[in-house]
Parts: sequence; structure tokens; C-alpha cells
Amino acid sequence: MSTMLNRDTFLKLSVAGGSGLALGFSFRGEAAAKGQIAVFNPNAYVAITPDGLVTIQVSKSEMGQGVMTGLPMTIAEELDYPFEKLRIEQSPAAPEYYDPVMKSQQTHGSSTTPDMTIPMRQMGAMARAMLVAAAAEKWGVPASSLVTKGDGMIYHPPSGRSGSYGEFALLAALQPVPKDVQLKSPDQFRIIGQRKNRVDVPSKVNGRAKFGMDVKVPGMLYASVQKPAVFGGKVVSYDATEALKVKGVKKVVQIASGVAVLADNTWSAMQGRFKLKVRYDDGKWANLSSDQIFAEAEKLANSPGAVAKHTGDADAAMKRPDVKVVAATYRGPYLAHATMEPMNATAWVHDGIVEIWAPTQHQTPSQDAASKITGIPLERIKLTTTFLGGGFGRKGETDFVEDAVEASMKAGVPVKVVYSREDDTQHDYYRSANTSVFSGAVDSTGKIVAYKLHNVNTSQFKRALPFLMAKTGVDPSIAGSTVVVYDLPNVHAEYTYHDLPIPTGFWRAPSTNWNSFATEVFIDELAHAAGKDPYEFRRMNIKDPRALRALDAAAEKAGWGKPLPPGVYRGIAITLLSNSIAANVLEASFSGKNVTVHRVVVATDVGMVINPAIVEAQARSSVNYALSAALMGKATIEKGRVVQNNFYDAPVLRHNQAPAIEVLVMPSGPTAFGTGEHCVGAVAPALVGAYFAATGKRIRALPISDALA
Amino acid sequence: MISVNINGEQHELDVAPEMPLLWAIRDVVGLTGTKFGCGVAECGCCTVHLDGNAVRSCSTSCANAHGKQVTTIDVAGQKGEHKAIVARLQEAWIVEQVPQCGYCQSGQIMQAAALLAKTPKPTDEQINTTMAGNICRCGAYQSIHAAIKRAAGVTA
Repeated sequence: MSTMLNRDTFLKLSVAGGSGLALGFSFRGEAAAKGQIAVFNPNAYVAITPDGLVTIQVSKSEMGQGVMTGLPMTIAEELDYPFEKLRIEQSPAAPEYYDPVMKSQQTHGSSTTPDMTIPMRQMGAMARAMLVAAAAEKWGVPASSLVTKGDGMIYHPPSGRSGSYGEFALLAALQPVPKDVQLKSPDQFRIIGQRKNRVDVPSKVNGRAKFGMDVKVPGMLYASVQKPAVFGGKVVSYDATEALKVKGVKKVVQIASGVAVLADNTWSAMQGRFKLKVRYDDGKWANLSSDQIFAEAEKLANSPGAVAKHTGDADAAMKRPDVKVVAATYRGPYLAHATMEPMNATAWVHDGIVEIWAPTQHQTPSQDAASKITGIPLERIKLTTTFLGGGFGRKGETDFVEDAVEASMKAGVPVKVVYSREDDTQHDYYRSANTSVFSGAVDSTGKIVAYKLHNVNTSQFKRALPFLMAKTGVDPSIAGSTVVVYDLPNVHAEYTYHDLPIPTGFWRAPSTNWNSFATEVFIDELAHAAGKDPYEFRRMNIKDPRALRALDAAAEKAGWGKPLPPGVYRGIAITLLSNSIAANVLEASFSGKNVTVHRVVVATDVGMVINPAIVEAQARSSVNYALSAALMGKATIEKGRVVQNNFYDAPVLRHNQAPAIEVLVMPSGPTAFGTGEHCVGAVAPALVGAYFAATGKRIRALPISDALA
Repeated sequence: MISVNINGEQHELDVAPEMPLLWAIRDVVGLTGTKFGCGVAECGCCTVHLDGNAVRSCSTSCANAHGKQVTTIDVAGQKGEHKAIVARLQEAWIVEQVPQCGYCQSGQIMQAAALLAKTPKPTDEQINTTMAGNICRCGAYQSIHAAIKRAAGVTA
């Protein structure tokens, strides 16, 4: 496969080196003559020194999804260099590391693999081509007569000569940057597709991995911020007299989000904060409740909305005499992310610069936010990305970074802001509550002939990416209900934005974390109306061949249709998120309020597979994350605030509740898609399907614990 | 003054006696392998050994640790009473590729070490019961379970 280097990306990447030094090609000859080149860095991602050390920069945030392993694997593949010998570093936050599609440094939306795989392979291929050109020049032989074998050596078979990459590094820096590079065909892969161990694992078993929470800067104070509990509320005044008497408390400063108590340790900051006397203006939402929200949403869902999709004539199809019509309303709660590492960030505003250390998914937006707060230009905002103790979309927000920057600016010292678990639970950017009204029809053969829905939520897009909704008023994530694997001839979909003060954000598998639930439970309801088995009904109505293959694989592996132990029931569901597919068969038993999930079989197709071990781990992770939400996840609104506090009243899945999970990885095609979240969507509907198989009752509102209460 | 031995080193700490041991370990002594997750002994991220027993350091006061031996993940692989067990667990954690985000893993390993110290060959049920207090939001539970069995030499 030959690919042209994207010119924009290419120029950006080739002009600035990983060190931040400008190393444009035109300067290279001169620099080499002066002995200034000590490293061959053909682009911002690869650096090779004469001693043979190959250093790779990873521009994306490592939050457990494996980018620090996966991205370097793709570079090493084309560089033809042993993956295990790479030195791998988290890159700085800088324009040369912008995602080539987003034009910003961010990690979200299952975008890393599709956006970065080809560019990273190109970076590796570019470096290899220049090394080979250097060897050709040195040996006076044609480059076409040289080969590499994946061991970091260049061979000239006719003469038997060989040399290591390091030997050619400086000469390679003088070679012209190739205009296009030849990428390997899959049958030439030595690294892509292999179960390589994750590079971050050793430091994560001995306590040495540094998370945002572990940052310590000389002279730093620790901060705990008291914020209005009511959404839309404001601090009117505060009295810090008692707070300042707490041992260790040094300062109290007001910032945009609340009142920050600064101390010489985290605990003292929290203790001081509890002694603050704060007066609030609760604003106009002080009586808002979840009950009120859902009642309003249901009214909105049964009134006309903005048309998101209209194909064929669903209304006419539903009136046909030979069809059965089904209608149902589904409801999902607000969900907090509950990353294991609560939100935190460290900042130091000093001498006309800002330094930030943060477990962030969004480097560039964090820098933008810091620039806005301080008036210091973007290029003087230095951000160091630590490991993230979980992300799931939450750490793509910038609120915790803003708190630290503003507190440091006001206090004049480096400040680490630490959210308590209660802060984390009550000041999240929640997965929106959702209400979806569905109706549809099946004909006598079991084909879906009409599919209608109206979804109401407080789309995060309106706040986070408003331009996507400006024209149509339609939340683009409703696509998760309409871009499905099924053959749907007549579709009518509407969307209504629910204007509420509760901040909403991206939550693992945005869109499908809700839409796949509503869609797949509705598919089960249509199957039941048609008198068909849920698996067979899906087979009849799925048009996407990759989806059909995954569904069949999951059903076969799980033994669909074969007898189960007494009291155990199955459900099946399928989900599609940005080209990644997951089909689940789930086995569970139900007794009163108790739900036991015994086994989940996941068949997943993420296109070309870079590291099957990571795909499997992410599938298991997504299933457990989704089970947590399906079984017991909710953030309840009462009196304008979130009721839940901590894991005791906002429970999550625990070790003893985790099912056996079997993952079938099904490679397809030449393109690699995301793998960190798509397996979330098919879990809850499969569980509801199992409950229906067990009881004949359909659960249409999550979490399931509420339905069984 | 709180007098506490952490990983074999004696520390005299000028902290409020009611300060949770977690914050003394992290912010005062500067050992950051032990994590803050919930502050109320619900998640297990902060698990350390106090005189050999697994405790939640976020809910153990410095006063209660006075005069005692604390072992944290930071040097647990190199010395201390559970040296061999922790080292075996760490090896198994690597073989099973357990950590994802990794934030909870110090606590998971310290909890598992306390289990294996008392119950060298735990059953599935014993592992489930003992590890139920340690939350992993990445949901690496299946790998954690497999790694404990591997370290214990218990076959599936």
C-alpha cells in the first residue's frame, strides 16, 4: 500500500522535532556541517540517536485504553524495529502533536486508532526510508538493493554488509524527506496484530506510575474547592475565619467555581473547607428534581421535535393491514463517570507562563482555558500530561484544570486542586438523562417495515460542540438510534433538546450508551410482536455483513438456543459505534431484587486489529462498565442538586459481581477502528432481554435496580 | 508527634493525630503509590498493611498507626514481611496484563497480598469475598481474579 503523506500534517510534523527545536529540512545540511545534529528526528514522533536508541512520542492520553502501546506498535511496524526496544514517552502538549483530523490535541470518541494509525505508520515508514537512503549513500549502492528485517539493522544482501539504524542516524538526518512512503501490506506485518505486552503495566504494579494525583511541585499548596451544590447556583459571600484556624490551612481564595481552601496537605485543605461558612444564591433551579425532569421530557417526546432523519414513509407503513405495531417509551438516568482517580490538576502561574500537570484527555482545550483565565498566550502554557486514573470522557472536560489555574493565579503559588469523591459525584458532566419514544411495525414475515423515534435529552453537543447542532437543532448523537446495523426502509426520527442546568458531557460510548439500549430493547419488542426468536429476528433484519458475522459468532459461542441451567436466561444485543461492532449474548438469573450475571460472550469487529490483547481487555472493561450502569447506575436530582455522594450511595460493579466474559475478536478489512468503548452499548439491552426471557416482563427504564425495587 | 515505621523506615510526623494515614503517607512522607479514591473506606485504592493486616489508610488515623509498621506498595516488592507474596502477585499481574488505567492496582495488590498471607490457596469464593472491597472502574476484575490464582498457584 502506497500512501501520500497528508501535506498539512506532514509539514507540521516534519518542521518541528520532538525536542521542540525547529529542524526543517533546509536547515539540516547547515546544522550537520556545524555538528549541531545529534539526533535523527524526521518527524515529531520518532527520534533516533547514533547509539541506536529509538524514542517514540505518544501524543494521546493513556487512561487504560492502551494508546502508549498501540500507537508505538504501528510506528515500529513501519520503522521495522523491535517494539520491545522502543523508548516510549508521553509527548508534550504542542501543535505538532495535534490530532490530524481534530486539529487539536485530544483523546476521545474512539478516534485515536482511526485518526492516528495511518499517520503513525507513515512516520515510521518515513524514518525507515531515510535510514535506508543514508545507508545507500554511505555504501554507494541503490536503496532498492537494501532490506530491513525488523531487527533495527539494514542489510545489503549482495555484499553481505549490514549496519544498525544508529550507525546511519546522523546521515539519515541529511536525506531528503520522502514525498510519499510505501506502507507494508498486512502479510508483511511483524508487529501489528500481535499480543504485545502493554508498556505501562510494570509501573502500574509497583506504585511508580505517576498520575495527576501524584504530582508534587516545590512550594505547592493543596486545594479543596467548595462549590454551590445547586446547579446554576452562585457563591454570594463566605467567611473563612474558622477555616484558616485549621492546622495546615494557609490561604482561602475565591475562584469562578467556588471557594478554594489551600493547605500544606490535602486533608487539611478538606478539613478547612468544611469549616467555611458560605452563603449561596441557589438560582432558579433550586427545586428541580429527576421526577420533574422525566415528566417534562415525556411531554416533549410526545410533541413534535426537530427532524433528525426521514426516509420512506413510516406512518404509511404502520397503517398497512398486514403489520403489527409496537410502541414503547424508554428512560435512562443521569450517569456520573466515577473515574477511580477523582478529578485533580496542578498549576503554577508565574513569570508570564502557566505550567499545568494534569490527567487530561484534552490538552489543547485545557491550554485554551488556561489562556483565557490568565491572559497568557497559548504558546506560553506548558502542559504535562500524566497518566489518567480513568477517563471515560470525564477528563475531556477542563473544569478541574481551570480550578487549579485560577487558584494558583490568585494565591501566587503552585496549587494542586483535588476533588473529593463527593465533589466528583456531585460536580460531574453527566451522561444526560434520556427519554425515547419509539414506535414501529413488523410484517408477517418478520421484517421491520416502520421505525419511528423521538429522543429527548440535554445534549452535551450543545455545550461542547455547538456548531454541530446550530443549524438543525438535532443532537448528532441521535445517529446512534438511526445509523444501525438493520435494514430499515421507513424511518422517522425526531430530537428535542431539553434545556436544563445540569451539565452533561461525553460518557464512555457517547450516543450508543443510551441509544443502543433503547434501540435494542425495541428490536426485542418487535421480535416478540413478530413471534420470532430475538436472535433469528435480528438475523432477518440485519443488512451489515460484519454485524451479521459478529452476531452469529456470539450466538454460536454462547450456544444460543441450547439448554441452560435452571433459572438462567439469555439475552442478545448488538451495537455499532463509529464502525466498531459488538454483539453480546448475556446469561443471567433473577431472584427478587437480586440479579446475577453469569456470563457475557462478546463478538467484536474493530476492523484491522493492532493488538488483540488490548481489544479483549477493552471489551471486558466496557462490559463491566456498562453492567455497573445497567444494574445500579444513576445520579438522581433532588432540590436542584445530585443526591448521591460516594460509592456507598452511588454503587458500582464489584469483583464478586463481575461475570465471566468471553471475547471473540473478529478482524476485518484494512482499516483499524476504535476499541475503547464500543462494547458498552449492547450490555444493558441484552440484560433486559434475559429478564424478559425469565419473567415475560419488559424493563424500559434504567437502572434495573429501580425496576426491581 | 506520630511515630510510625513505613516500609522499614522510622518516621516522626508532626501531623494532627486524627489525620488519616493515607495523607501522611502521600503528602507528608511523599510516597504516592498508595492512592486516594473515596476517603470513606468504600473503594480500597488506599489499602496498605498495618502490622501485616490490610487496612484502608484513608480511614485509619495516624494516631492508630502510632508505633506500628506500615507497608505500602512502594517498596512492597523489595523488602518486608510479605516480600515474596507481593513479588509473586506483581509478576502474575504482569503476566495477566491486569492494569488498565492502573489507579486502583496498588490497593488491589496489597489486598490480595493480605489474602494470600493468611490463605495461600484461596477458593474463588474466598477471592470474591476478600476482593469485593476493592473497586476497579476499568473493570479488570476477571484479570485480577486470574492473577491472584496464578500467584497462589491455584489452577482454574
